[in-house]
Formats: sequence, structure tokens, C-alpha cells
Amino acid sequence: MNSLFYQKSSSRNIGDKVFTTLSLICVAIAILPLIFLVTYILIKGGAQISPELFTLEPNPPGDDLDAGGINPALIGTLIITSIASIIAIPVGVGGGIYLAEYSKGGAFSRFIRFGVNVLAGVPSIIAGVFIYALIVSTKILFGSMYSGFAGGMALSILMLPTVIKTTDEGLKLVPNELRYASLGVGASMYTTILKITLPSAFRSIATGIVLGIARAAGETAPLIFTALFSYYYITGFGDLFYEMGSLAVLIYNFALEPYDAQNKLAWAASFVLVLSILSVNIFSRILAAFTEKTKRV
Amino acid sequence: MIKNTKKAQKNNILSLEEVSISYGKFEAVKNIFCNFKKGDITSLIGPSGCGKSTVLRSLNRMNDLIPNCTLKGTVLFDGTNIYDKRVDPVEVRRRIGMVFQQPNPFPKSIYENIAFGARINGFSGEMDDLVEVSLKKAALWDECKDKLSDSGYSLSGGQQQRLCIARTIAIEPEIILMDEPCSALDPISTLKIEETMHELKKNYTIIIVTHNMQQALRVSDMTAFFNAIEYENGDGGKVGYLAEFNSTKKIFSSPKEKTTQEYISGKFG
Amino acid sequence: MEEKLALFKNRKRFGIEKNIDIIFKNTALVLSSFVAIILLGIVLVVFFQSFESFSRYGLKFLVTSEWNPVKDEYGAFTAIYGTLITSFLSLLITIPLGVGTAIFITEDFVPKVFREIIGSFVELLAAIPSVVLGLWAIFVMEPFFRDFFVSLHNFFGWIPWFSTEPTGRNSLLAILILVVMLLPIVTSIARDSLNQVPKKLRNASYGIGASRWKTIFSVILPAALSGIMAGVLLALGRAMGETMAVTMIIGNSNAFSWSLLSPGYTISSMLANQFGEADGSQVSSLFYAAFVLMILSLVVNIFAQWLVKKFSLKY
Repeated sequence: MNSLFYQKSSSRNIGDKVFTTLSLICVAIAILPLIFLVTYILIKGGAQISPELFTLEPNPPGDDLDAGGINPALIGTLIITSIASIIAIPVGVGGGIYLAEYSKGGAFSRFIRFGVNVLAGVPSIIAGVFIYALIVSTKILFGSMYSGFAGGMALSILMLPTVIKTTDEGLKLVPNELRYASLGVGASMYTTILKITLPSAFRSIATGIVLGIARAAGETAPLIFTALFSYYYITGFGDLFYEMGSLAVLIYNFALEPYDAQNKLAWAASFVLVLSILSVNIFSRILAAFTEKTKRV
Repeated sequence: MIKNTKKAQKNNILSLEEVSISYGKFEAVKNIFCNFKKGDITSLIGPSGCGKSTVLRSLNRMNDLIPNCTLKGTVLFDGTNIYDKRVDPVEVRRRIGMVFQQPNPFPKSIYENIAFGARINGFSGEMDDLVEVSLKKAALWDECKDKLSDSGYSLSGGQQQRLCIARTIAIEPEIILMDEPCSALDPISTLKIEETMHELKKNYTIIIVTHNMQQALRVSDMTAFFNAIEYENGDGGKVGYLAEFNSTKKIFSSPKEKTTQEYISGKFG
Repeated sequence: MEEKLALFKNRKRFGIEKNIDIIFKNTALVLSSFVAIILLGIVLVVFFQSFESFSRYGLKFLVTSEWNPVKDEYGAFTAIYGTLITSFLSLLITIPLGVGTAIFITEDFVPKVFREIIGSFVELLAAIPSVVLGLWAIFVMEPFFRDFFVSLHNFFGWIPWFSTEPTGRNSLLAILILVVMLLPIVTSIARDSLNQVPKKLRNASYGIGASRWKTIFSVILPAALSGIMAGVLLALGRAMGETMAVTMIIGNSNAFSWSLLSPGYTISSMLANQFGEADGSQVSSLFYAAFVLMILSLVVNIFAQWLVKKFSLKY
């Protein structure tokens, strides 16, 4: 027997096969929940997709077999997420610009970068509780208590670290030669940043921000004490200062209801939410892979 | 040491007086005295690590962008010390332009590469004319005139560098600094750029750092030879200094310093 | 001298242009300090709101488990214990699963295409909102494990952890759904750490005739260990703060029990559960609990950052 040949029964090779199998099992356990989850949502939620779903208000819980629709929650999610983005994006991009372009790596910028990482680790419910104490209970916002606006503010706290990090890292990737070229023709710092550096990093920053928005749209904890929930249509600008529904809080509330009709609506809302988030994620992946190949046109 | 007589001062567009540059605690060059005459092409030559690029970058305050870089001494441009606290570096860079070692066109069209700098400097004339004139001066017009809207990156390395030259002359600086502009290029592109330099000499003062001694011979009127010596405290670091500064003819045929002679004959560097 | 196209009218910088430059820089500076301001604000607000409860109970709050709004007596022990036990146990399960998956993704057991798909799947799992996972836990996971839990109790009831009859909502379910949420974090950080191990180490090990798994266990994992530890810490912080899925499936009961098969509590689920209807000093006690949670996750987070920096990994 040639000692160079593979020996099936040697303990080393058996051990190897065992561990390979184990790691395969780990992979299976890791991806099976996702597959089951998405499939279940698609089937259970997808079965309820109808025009009524998107246009009706949800009915109050009761023995009603007809639960209504998710319209106010859907619009609410869009509005609250937009408010959060309007707050978080300028602050985050501005902060990222300072860190990447102006700071010299001294104590201040190290402190801020550290703070960004710490803020990213703050539990989302604490952000909600913070805004509750600051805005809702003090009625500081033109006298309103629970409001879509407060919900947007709580959400923006969660979005901020993502936007800053994305901007900071995206700008760092721009080669210094480009900055030197612009400064060398006598451009000032702000012109260089706005017209040369930022456009160069635009794609990666935009991708990061979009993914951050998608994640914020699914957050629930910050909203349950700030925006609360509402069953009614959003009709005007003033509604921003009252309770506002959202898909996430709808899912939370209706999942816990004992009534079948409400549970069904929770699945439908999950369908809409998960599908939107997943498509944004998949789309930006494809876009990133695509632009890698066609870089430097 | 070269003294600044009144008469000499009139012709000098740029003067360095007792300039020493350090990166943090590490002194890169010390005690530079140097005068650049208007309309000259001066080349800075010397072995690697003796501070030629550092000195060049200090002439338009590009060194400001390197953290911990400090300069002692005076750099006089047009009668003003450009390192005076009241001086705005952006203004300096509008009058002293720079071409870098690696071609770095903007990610814009060829036309826009030139127009961008011009606009920043307040250009108010016909942009099309300016672009054409600049490209012609950089010997790039014929190759590009039909594709001005193509990206700057679509050009070859040598063409990109000429585009960078065109961009620099479009803002009509008084001095053009060039940091080894041909080191990343092939011989034919190099020759084209050297021809361009001869054309540019008519209107601009040029200071060029080069590793290529033949280039210095071909192109420049004056040559500054930089060298480096070890630190006195013997920890192995080197500091650069200006060894000899004279007309190119004299430097290459009858240099005064022994080290100059040795460098030119290829004994080191 | 050739005629220059000297049409540069406004070459010297306008006063306005210079001012814009200064304003721009200072605006960016101010915006970047918002992070510090918000962070400070959160710490201060939570601290001040908790002060009433803190001055009333002091540190006893951390070890008493009586939580009674009617009697106005509060102690957060059950919640704190719940936060810690669910986080640690879920991490215990997640680490081998995540590292095993990461090893599979970084070694070449299957062609690259499959590995990238698996990697993408795991990352997409991270995008699923917590509340949707909670919904799924209630209606799909719980029925699925019901019989298994009953057998657990029947056969292993002598172990304190399984000593009660399983109810519809319990801590073990919370632990399991936490595993689903933590897997993407641990897997992707483990994968990054494994990828950062220099190829020459791998070559050296194979070069002396070590088998693949010997190489993995003796050479690659030890080299990637610091990165994996940092990832585990980040996941721990995340687990402690996780609210929605946990509060939907854990049962939200303040009655302390060693059994994982009975309903439990965590600080974050307590906040989610009670904050809405809290009154008077209950609010302050909830803020006290929130403060404890904040300190816990802050400590873990700072430690994780220090670890990442110390071994200069890029995350």
C-alpha cells in the first residue's frame, strides 16, 4: 500500500471530515432561518396584498374579520423616516466632512470618532426614552406630546452614527492627489471639498446612507414612546405634531393582539416592510458590484 | 552663500533665505539660500532623500497640508514673505502653480479640467478660447480637439500630465513648480513635455525637481544641487542642504564642490 | 513676450469667498460636535430622571426583585439578571455557529460563488427588523419548539434551567431569537478576522504537512482570535440592548425564576413593556433601570473598541 495514498480511515482524516460536516451544519443553521422567515412572510403576508391594504385605515381590534388596511402606518413610516433623514443627513455628512477633511487626528477628532462608536452602541430604546423625557413629557414642541416629529428625532439619533461613519470612510478613500490637484490651482478648501472630493466619494456615501435609512425604517423601540401609534389617516401638516402610526409599531401592536384579523395585518405590514428593506439592500449590492467593474470611466 | 544685492533683487522673483524645514522633530533640510530669476528654468537635482521635493512644495505652501511640517526662515515672493502669518496660502497657489509627479487630472472632461481652475480664479473671458490656447501651449490641442468632452482619464499617462500642465498654465501663474513631472512617463512623452517646457519658458518662470541629469542639462538655465549629510548626533538620520547653485553649464562642466562632481559623474545618487 | 489672456478679473479672493471658507469649516466643526452633545445629553437626562429612584433605593435596587407599582416598591434584579443571562447564553450558542459559518465561508470547501451567496444571505439576515423577527418568533418559532421544550422539561427537569412547565412565552425562546439576530454580526466579523490572517501563515502550516482542520485550529483561529473577540463583545452589547423581539417573546414577567422555560424579563423589554403606562416614581425606577442598561452596554462597547484598536483591526 503506497503510503502517499489517501487513507480514509486514519484518525486525522476522519477528524477532518467530522469538522467539515459540523461547519456545514453551522452554515445550514445560519441561513435556514432567513430562508424560512422570508418565505413565510412572502406567503402569509403576500396573500393579503390588495389595493385595500394600501388604502384603508386599520380597524380597531375586535372580533372583526376584516382588519382594514395599513395606509396610515405606511405613510407614517415614510414621513417619520424622512424627518429622521432630514435631521441626520446634514448633521452626519457635515460631521463626517470635518473628521475626514479638516481634523488633524488630534484629541478632538479622536474623541468624536470614539463618541460615534459609542452612540452606535446605545440601545435603541434608550434613544426613545431620551426623546420622551426631552421632548414629549416637556411638551416643548409647540405643546404637543406624542408626535411624529418626536419619533423622527429619536430615529435620527440612531441614524447619525451610520451617516457620519459612511461619510468619514467614503471621503478617506478619495486619493490625496485629487485634493492636491484642486488646491494646486488655487481652489479654497470648501470649493475642493464640495466640487472635487465629495462628488468623488458620492457613490459610496450615498449607498451607506440609503442602507442606513432602510435600517431606520424598521426600528420600533424609538417610536413606541415618541410617535406612539395612530389608526387614522394622515391628512395634513399638522398631523406631524400628533401621534403617528408606523409599520414597525403596527407590527408590534398587532402581533400581540389576540385577534386573528389583526395578526394577519401584522404579517401584511411585515411583508411590505421586509420586502422594501431587502430590495434596497439587494439593489445597492448589485449597484456596488456593477460600479466596481466600470470604475474610472 | 549668495547675497541679495539691490540689483539682483530686482530680477529675483523668488528668494529663499535661511530656510529650514522640519517634519515634527525630524529636520529635513536646513539653511537654504537660493534666488530664482524671472524667466529662468531652474532645476533642483540631487540624490533621493535630500529634500528637493520638500523645498519645492514649500514654495507654494503645499507643505501646509502635511501635518507637523514647519518652516523656519523666509520665502520671498514679489517682495512678501509667503510664510508671513497674514498671507493667505490660497492666494499664493493662484500665483504659483504646481504640476505633480503622478498625473492627477480631475474626474471631469478634458474641457472641464481646464475650466475648473480658470473659473475659481475669476476668469471672465471666452472659456473656449482659454481651453484651446492652454491645450496648444501644452502641445495637447491636436490630440484632443475632437474629444474635449471625454473624461480626462481617457488620455494616456503622458497626455494626462500635459493636461495637468495645461490646467496649470490656464490660470496664468507667475511661477510653475514641477515635481519630477516626467518620472512616471515613457521617453517619448518625456521629450514632448521637455519641448513644452521650452515653449513655456517664454512666459513663465519654472522650477523643476528632477532625478534625470540629462533632463536638467537639456532644459534648465540654472541648477541647484542638493545633498544630504548625517546628523551630528549620529542616529543615522540625514538632513538636506544646498550644496551648489550655479548656471547649468558651469555645474555640469566645472562644478566647484567635490560632491557635485561626484554626483554628476554618477558616483552616487 | 506673448500676449497673455489676462482676463482674470477677480483673481484675488473676495472677502465673501474667504468668509464662506471660514463659515464652512466652522459649520462642519459644530456639526461634528453634535455627536458628543447628544451622547452627553442622553447620559445626563437618563441620570437625572433616575435620581429620585436612586436616592430612594441606592444600590439595593440592583439586588431586589420586587417590582410592584401598586405597593410602589421597585427592584430591578430580575430584569438585570434576565438581561445578562439571555445575552450570555445566546452568545454562547452564537459563537460556535458564527465562527463555524465564517470558517466555511473563508475556506474553500465549495466554489467561491456559493460562499459569496452564503455570505450575502447572512448579511441580509441582519437587515430584517427586530420586530418582524419577534412576530415570527411568536407565530412560527414557538409552536415549532413547543414539543421539544416539553421533552426538555420531562427529561431534564432536574436541571434548574428546565425546571418548570414550558409556557407559551419564555426566556429560552428569547435566547433563541437572539441567536438569530446575533449570528450575522458574529459571522461577518469572524469572517473579516479570518480573512485578515496572512496567507503566509497558512502556507507555513500546510508546508509542514498539517491537515486543513489542524491548520484552522492551531494556526488560523489563534491568529484571528483578537478580532473574533472584539466581534463577540460588539454582539454582546447588541444583545443586551435588544428590545423588540425579546419583549414580544420573553413573557415580560418580573417573577424571578431559574428556569429558562418560564417567562422572564430583561431591562429593555421591561422598559418597552411598562414605560407607556408608568406613573410617578415608577417612571424614575424605570429610568434607573435604563441607566443600568446604559452603563452595561457602554462598558462592553468601550472595551470592544479598545480591543479593536489594540489589535488595530479595521471595522
